[in-house]
Amino acid sequence: MTTFSAALWTGIFKRDLALAFRQRSELAQPLMFLLMVVTLFPLGVGPGPATLQKIGPGVIWIAAILSSLLAMDRMFRDDFWDGSMEQYLLSGESVWAISAVKVLVHWLVSFVPLLILSPLLALFLNLTVQMYAALMLTLLLGTPLLSLMGAIAVGLTVGLQRGGVLLALLLIPVFIPLLIFATSAVDAAALQLPYRAHLAIIGAMLLAAMAAAPMAIAYALKVSQN
Amino acid sequence: MAGLAAHALTCVKRDRVLFSDLSFRLQAGSLTYLRGPNGAGKTSLLRLLTGLSLPDEGHITFNDVPIAECLPQFHSSLIYIGHKPGLNSALSAIENLQFWCAQHRVEFSLERAYDVLTTLGLVGLEDIPVRMLSAGQQRRAALARLWLKSASIWILDEPFTALDINGVALLESLMKSHVAEGGTVITTSHQPLSELAGHIALLDLEYQI
Repeated sequence: MTTFSAALWTGIFKRDLALAFRQRSELAQPLMFLLMVVTLFPLGVGPGPATLQKIGPGVIWIAAILSSLLAMDRMFRDDFWDGSMEQYLLSGESVWAISAVKVLVHWLVSFVPLLILSPLLALFLNLTVQMYAALMLTLLLGTPLLSLMGAIAVGLTVGLQRGGVLLALLLIPVFIPLLIFATSAVDAAALQLPYRAHLAIIGAMLLAAMAAAPMAIAYALKVSQN
Repeated sequence: MAGLAAHALTCVKRDRVLFSDLSFRLQAGSLTYLRGPNGAGKTSLLRLLTGLSLPDEGHITFNDVPIAECLPQFHSSLIYIGHKPGLNSALSAIENLQFWCAQHRVEFSLERAYDVLTTLGLVGLEDIPVRMLSAGQQRRAALARLWLKSASIWILDEPFTALDINGVALLESLMKSHVAEGGTVITTSHQPLSELAGHIALLDLEYQI
């Protein structure tokens, strides 16, 4: 058991964190994109506090989804093209476990900074404290889902020369349910209504994805080698 | 019968039969030199042997067990070095090797890694990102795995690419000593192997139209 965790801990987790630290600019760019998109809305639709509060949750979520697409293919792209993927598949470690650890690192380095940035975005868009709390909870439950579903699509498209737009076309429809429940949770919070049911549904989607996605990613990665 | 064996393999790529009904056995203590013109399916055959891709027909056995049923044991006694070096360009050679050893559950010590890099002439270059190294130096860093992991089966796809004369001689004598210790090597190369590599078994693939 100790060797099992050491292979994943040092071989994948620490490796990917070291790599993320080395490629900080690649991780910072999507966040800058997110920040800029969110600041465009007050300029484009008008700076009225009521308008901003109305569109705020949707804007933040849509910007988060779009910016996540920019860096999503980082997860497996380099590994596929430099041959590291072949070496993972031949390491004797189960591919689903490797995939799960890689998704975890992706979430830590791409979405945790977004969560830290989110109070600033909430301030830009005049969200109330209740709305912000709800937004934070939906981001906390929803962004791991983005990473998990994104990894499946990246696994499927990694072998294609230009998978970028295809990745967006595959993923945006998949994220619609998440967007609906996340924004309606924040709307409910704005009206001081309970929004636990929305969170429960997002949580259920997350649990289902956590159970099934690593297998699907592993399968996609194996197919990409054929 | 120990060793890696192919049974009636057929490989079809893009509606073209690369090879069909191909059977052979790689004995322990043998060096097999896989020859064939460009496009004959050498890389495809080597990838089939590693289990990375699956044959259209036939199967591959390791110690008479189909490799799909003994993947962990098979992979722990296998080193595959393909066209792509498997080195991340942003990490240094030593980091790449350290993480690779962890993934493959190989005991890693810095002294050992430095010794290997000294043998390979990469001293002083171990802590700069791999993308700064020349093609031959990157190839040497990838080949360092052969020294670090003690695996009986080596599947090497064009390992001599970009290596200088000394590098080629170093790798050939390493192959010879591995074979002398009872290891199995299958390799492709576009230059003929020299006497340094020891006894060579030939396996020829024809270009099929």
